[in-house]
Amino acid sequence: MTRFIVMRLLTIVPIMFGVSFFVFILAHLAPGDVTTTLTGPYATEETREQIRESLGLNEPLPVQYGKWLSHILQGEFGKSIANRRMVAELIFPKFANSAILALTSAAMAYVIGLFAGIFAASRPYGYFDRFTIAGTLMFGSIPPYWFGLLLVLLFSLTWRWLPATGMTKIVGGGGPIDVILHLILPTIAAGAAPAAIIARTVRATMLEILSQNYIKVARAKGIRRGVILRKHALRNALPPIATICGLQLGYLLGGVLFVEVIFAWPGIGYQLWQAIQARDIPTIQGASLIIAVAFVLVNLAVDVFNAYTDPKIRISEGVRSR
Amino acid sequence: MSDAVLKVDDLRTHFRLRAGTLKAVDGLSFELQAGRVLCIVGESGSGKSVTAQSIMRLIMPPGRIVQGGITFRDQDLLALTEREMEDLRGNRIGMIFQDPMTSLNPVFTIGEQIVETIVAHTSLSGEDARARAVELMRLVGIPEPEGRLSDYPHQFSGGMRQRVLIAIAIACEPDILIADEPTTALDVTIQAQILRLLSDVQKKLGSAMILITHDLGVVSAMADEVLVMYSGRMVEYGDVKTIFRNPRHPYTQGLLDSIIKLDDSRESELRSISGLPPIPIDPPPGCAFRDRCVKAFDLCGEQDPPWVETGTGSTAVCHAVAAEEAAP
Amino acid sequence: MTDAPSLHGESLRQRSAAELRRENLHIMWRTLTLAWHAYAKDKAAVGALIFLVIVVLIAILAPWISPHDPTEAVGTRGGLPGTDGLVLGGDMDGRDMLSRLFWGGRVSLLIGVVPTVAATAIAVVLGLFAGYVGGWVDQVVMRVLDVFFAFPLVLLAIVIAGILDPGVATLILSITVALVPYISRLVRTTTVSVKQEPYIEAARAGGATTPTILARYVLPNMLAPVIVYSTTLIGLMMVVGSGLSFLGLGIQPPDADWGTMVSDGRAVLKKAPHATAFPGFVIVIVSLAFSFVGDGLRDALDPRARVR
Repeated sequence: MTRFIVMRLLTIVPIMFGVSFFVFILAHLAPGDVTTTLTGPYATEETREQIRESLGLNEPLPVQYGKWLSHILQGEFGKSIANRRMVAELIFPKFANSAILALTSAAMAYVIGLFAGIFAASRPYGYFDRFTIAGTLMFGSIPPYWFGLLLVLLFSLTWRWLPATGMTKIVGGGGPIDVILHLILPTIAAGAAPAAIIARTVRATMLEILSQNYIKVARAKGIRRGVILRKHALRNALPPIATICGLQLGYLLGGVLFVEVIFAWPGIGYQLWQAIQARDIPTIQGASLIIAVAFVLVNLAVDVFNAYTDPKIRISEGVRSR
Repeated sequence: MSDAVLKVDDLRTHFRLRAGTLKAVDGLSFELQAGRVLCIVGESGSGKSVTAQSIMRLIMPPGRIVQGGITFRDQDLLALTEREMEDLRGNRIGMIFQDPMTSLNPVFTIGEQIVETIVAHTSLSGEDARARAVELMRLVGIPEPEGRLSDYPHQFSGGMRQRVLIAIAIACEPDILIADEPTTALDVTIQAQILRLLSDVQKKLGSAMILITHDLGVVSAMADEVLVMYSGRMVEYGDVKTIFRNPRHPYTQGLLDSIIKLDDSRESELRSISGLPPIPIDPPPGCAFRDRCVKAFDLCGEQDPPWVETGTGSTAVCHAVAAEEAAP
Repeated sequence: MTDAPSLHGESLRQRSAAELRRENLHIMWRTLTLAWHAYAKDKAAVGALIFLVIVVLIAILAPWISPHDPTEAVGTRGGLPGTDGLVLGGDMDGRDMLSRLFWGGRVSLLIGVVPTVAATAIAVVLGLFAGYVGGWVDQVVMRVLDVFFAFPLVLLAIVIAGILDPGVATLILSITVALVPYISRLVRTTTVSVKQEPYIEAARAGGATTPTILARYVLPNMLAPVIVYSTTLIGLMMVVGSGLSFLGLGIQPPDADWGTMVSDGRAVLKKAPHATAFPGFVIVIVSLAFSFVGDGLRDALDPRARVR
């Protein structure tokens, strides 16, 4: 088990190198001179020279990458072009705001997805199942930006029940009630698609598991229907369910950019969008890096969880008998 | 006969598929006496497993028991609620499946899976149930049962897993044991051991047993009665000695001709039945075997064959046999 | 020996290249008709296909069937459906919604279809190569793809498009890049599993060369799942692409696709909700139609699913 975790941790090392290299190369992909890309069009020649020096822009690409990486590893993402602040200062608080929205959305998606998926699979082709299939199809292909706007239209503009935008400060603003009110619509908008995807996966996985021989054996043993569903089937369906749940949380942690944009939620996705509009490359780099790291770590956690629940990996002594 | 533990009367189990109605079991009747062994024989797809699962009421949509009666002692199994049926399964009727490799839940220990059955059907719990599980594991020949209770299925070989599944099936000393090709997936050397074990526990518990197989050697070694199935229908049914000595249905005759006998003279050749059995999706009227039958005549393609109580003591479902019987 | 062409039995040597080709065509034709019969049984899939054909025709014929110039104000700003003689009303600048939807379909369909097709083509080559050659080549390709899997797909596309200059070409490029890893992984997995089939070994023992094996055995067996997967992706990519347009990374004003129309509608959301609702609704149903076609294809191309 420990061996598995160590091995799995080792696999993310090359991935993280690759990710950082990709983010590094972004600055070179942008059209125009790299110094302009990194310092903005109004930078003085002095600033340009400074960045050339600090990142070794006159040296070969590998050296540049090395220098850049050592900056990043010290938490130095460079300076934002748009508002002259350090990128790190800018993005970490934003990431925390995204995490709040991600967690509420994920919670909603998990509850709806799991329950709908399991109930649908327990009576395949019944009414609830058909209803679930239709729902997952609908919400699986609904564009989040459009769904968000419809929510705003109905709940904020027409009925005036909930605020659409205006969330600027999470801490020290209007208090917890205010935060919760501001969270409701974005949470629904962001959680709808993951809920549909999770429900679909849970349903498919449960149906697959329920067709296994050991389920037939459990029925032949006279185990109650509900117990088979909850104990035998769900326990075996756990790895794919955990994987899809982790994946969706990863997506949400990346800031559901569209939802953040529509509701002006001060998260990492909104920040990324603003950076893109301002062609603020250092901020784009910082934001994408932090999102990728979060995504990789969530997937790592899922793999470790799945390894822990699999007796074949947990007990790695192999086949013992004849 | 009044001491029948199980009566199956004109059982029909159909599956509604997009391609049509698959009549997996179509008109099957037999009786099982206490303590006796009935073998159901047939090729793959002849409806043997569906028969077993129909008795256990394990058929899932799109499959459905559309007609017939299944009477266990005095209970009409088809009239029971799912709850009542659950109380019966694994308790009064135990079942052993074909593939031991996939029949145990991979994430629970062997002990948990045996204990679960015991707890579900008896008043035993905790330590008592575990003690009973150990006793069962010893009974089915698993060495060092105490130590193996907390092992997972993947730590067991195929033969050992089948022993565990037998232990689960007999945990509550059932009146009927249904074994659906219990040795098909096992090594040849293990097959004999498992069959002997089944025979031993069946005798020890005094249960009746339905043994499903496609191996006529197994039939001759284990069966009291034999029922031959073909394409979802019954072909011949009766005492094993009678049928082996005097098979009446052309299909049964063909089956028995296709096995090697030790006393065969060198000149006699091994015969086989040519062709393949039809898949009974929306089958046309008439005998399903007619296209492969050496004795087929016009009537076989027009009418379903009649049940004939033969003079030799078996029941055959065949126009040709009916004609033979009618002849002076 | 008889002269009658037959699939089995006689020696392959006796048949000319032309005969072989004809036979291949015949097999392909039979496979296609079989698949079509299976597909035709799925009413939802057939309906979705007909709907998509109509949508594509409308997009192609937009210049001739649009009642108005899509970039010209012909009605009141945010006019509701029916006003000024505009069936679907006007947008925030009083331009005809219906004409804009017709024209917008051209770009929106394009950014759904082109990246998916391009990414599939690249992925088939990449995945086939990695999966068939195996060894360190496979390892390198897969590790590089892993790097892309570290980014959520939509985010990857947004970042690439955001770095480059906005426009339709950028949009197509960024979605293609983001999509390649996903399809490549499927191609590779299928290739590896097909490669291990006994019939490949048999073909190799029979003297078939690598290109022959790839073209005659591996590719056909791998193509069905890939085509099914790609078809389902088209709808999704249309949603993603429209999203990028919504963010202003795609087509630039005054031209529009369905995504930018949703975005434009925000300005008059309260006064003229139809300007947001209609284009979004169109995205949803067209995307759904692609899913239905994908599901129908899955049932049609998977011979194991055909019996049921």
